[in-house]
Amino acid sequence: MRAISYTRATDVPGAVAAVTNDPGSSFLAGGTTEVDLLRLDVLRPNRLVDINRLPLADIEDRADGGLVIGALARMSEVAQAPGVVERYPMLSQSLLLGASAQLRHMASMGGNLMQRVRCSYYRDPESACNKRVPGSGCSALEGVHRGHAILGTSEHCIATHPSDMAVALVALDAVVQVEGVKGTRTIPVDDFFLLPDDTPEREHPLTPGELITAIEVPPLPMARRSLYLKVRDRESYEFALASAAVALALEDGVIRGVRLALGGVATKPWRAHRAEETLLGQPADEDMFARAAAAELAPAVTRPMNAFKAELARRTVVRALRTAVALRGET
Amino acid sequence: MADKGASLSVAKPSTMEIRGPDGVRMELVVNGVSRVLHLEPRVSLLDALREHMALTGTKKGCDQGTCGACTVWVDGRRVLACLTLAITCEGRDVTTIEGLTEGDELHPMQRAFLEHDALQCGYCTPGQIMSAVALLNEGHAETDREIAEWMSGNICRCAAYPHIRSAIREVRDRKTGQ
Ligand SMILES: Cc1cc2nc3c(=O)[nH]c(=O)nc-3n(C[C@H](O)[C@H](O)[C@H](O)COP(=O)(O)OP(=O)(O)OC[C@H]3O[C@@H](n4cnc5c(N)ncnc54)[C@H](O)[C@@H]3O)c2cc1C
Ligand code: SF4
Ligand code: FES
Ligand code: FES
Repeated sequence: MRAISYTRATDVPGAVAAVTNDPGSSFLAGGTTEVDLLRLDVLRPNRLVDINRLPLADIEDRADGGLVIGALARMSEVAQAPGVVERYPMLSQSLLLGASAQLRHMASMGGNLMQRVRCSYYRDPESACNKRVPGSGCSALEGVHRGHAILGTSEHCIATHPSDMAVALVALDAVVQVEGVKGTRTIPVDDFFLLPDDTPEREHPLTPGELITAIEVPPLPMARRSLYLKVRDRESYEFALASAAVALALEDGVIRGVRLALGGVATKPWRAHRAEETLLGQPADEDMFARAAAAELAPAVTRPMNAFKAELARRTVVRALRTAVALRGET
Repeated sequence: MADKGASLSVAKPSTMEIRGPDGVRMELVVNGVSRVLHLEPRVSLLDALREHMALTGTKKGCDQGTCGACTVWVDGRRVLACLTLAITCEGRDVTTIEGLTEGDELHPMQRAFLEHDALQCGYCTPGQIMSAVALLNEGHAETDREIAEWMSGNICRCAAYPHIRSAIREVRDRKTGQ
């Protein structure tokens, strides 16, 4: 593990200035990604700027029914905040189904958005990996890629985006608030995650030193009956093989509104636009669910070890939609 | 209140001290005792406890956040000492398995683990116990299913899980007077 220096930030402008002016430095929040990858010699900062004492941990219910979640609110706090549990159960569930109780106490919302892929070649500095060393090649293409993505891939990188929470945020059209030396800007969460294309090393549009300060979740009444379904190799403390965040608005059995996003199968948290378009205005029945799932997975590019994910993702979508309908029946 | 970015961006940035990369003086409060240490900023809380404070009850399994053997409490919350840098704990309260006992008196959870034979090799046990006590405080131990889910961050290679759950149940029921 390389030696690092350390600075404790006491205010937001100071934190932003520190990392902006020292290109080898990085922010440190919960450390569950940063310290892990520092130890593996995958991330190589020479200084960590500790942002944990900044006043960015509030979870604020908005009068319009939305939420503003501070970047330093911990996954465990957000998961059980009454405003989240009542208004956005899919977000609460996506947080609770991620990592472990200990990690959720440590991990922050901002850090979660910035977490790195779990591809074992990315985590091993000895392996070729375009994301870690641009142009070095992608070991996963011909290597072990059972957990890798089938949507949004390129020939340069097929790593799955690992976040659960971000899948719910993409379904909810959340907005990321960012503070930089030039001031504040907002980024719709769907634009916050970049597809690998031929620059897999670029994962998000932040410039060095830009600090995520908060995540805004706009009001969405149908999200009060929403869910996050996660399918994985073991029942807990494991990343998704396939997951779905769903909210439905029904009228006499007809789908009047739908939000659907997928995790575990794509290179970014995947808003399922094709499936949503297929479902809108249609009856909420199994046949439609299967058609929507097929439409979303149609462009999937599979490889020998992850070919099973296409069918798994389709079934996950169908089961999530079926469960969402049942939830609405319960009043 | 969360910071409002726009108003803060006009404020003047503070200048903040850069410490390290060589050893720096830090003061840590562990099990209620304040200790002054000279450590490099890269040193994890886990290594600080084990290598520099002779508190070897906290175990190192994976050093990657995947096993839970290093579970301790920081400000009363269970966290992983392997992914926590010691220097970030200045001004916080750290509690380890050594801090659970009252003098020579074992904590009820420690006694229950012994009585229920909730270990084989014992390597995961300090982490299991730190997690289990926190679990009861968090209130997620109503059913066996719930216990399993909220203890999933503590892996036991010897698969002592059924006995770990019965130890937790016993302490839970004694606490609630059932
Ligand atoms: C064993 C294990 C299992 C896990 N399982 C899951 C899972 O099932 N589901 C899931 O979703 N996640 C899972 N995770 C990932 C975990 O959720 C992330 O590591 C965590 O959310 C990162 O947050 P942090 O506060 O610890 O970030 P840090 O590690 O402190 O930071 C991560 C990165 O973000 C940057 N950063 C942090 N905060 C900000 C900010 N405010 N603005 C700009 N940049 C910032 C840092 O510089 C760093 O590069 C798992 C992690 C581990 C170790
Ligand atoms: S899939 Fe992406 S992260 Fe994994 S080896 Fe290939 S380029 Fe690297
Ligand atoms: S040693 Fe910390 S989780 Fe394994
Ligand atoms: S008792 Fe051996 S690992 Fe749990």
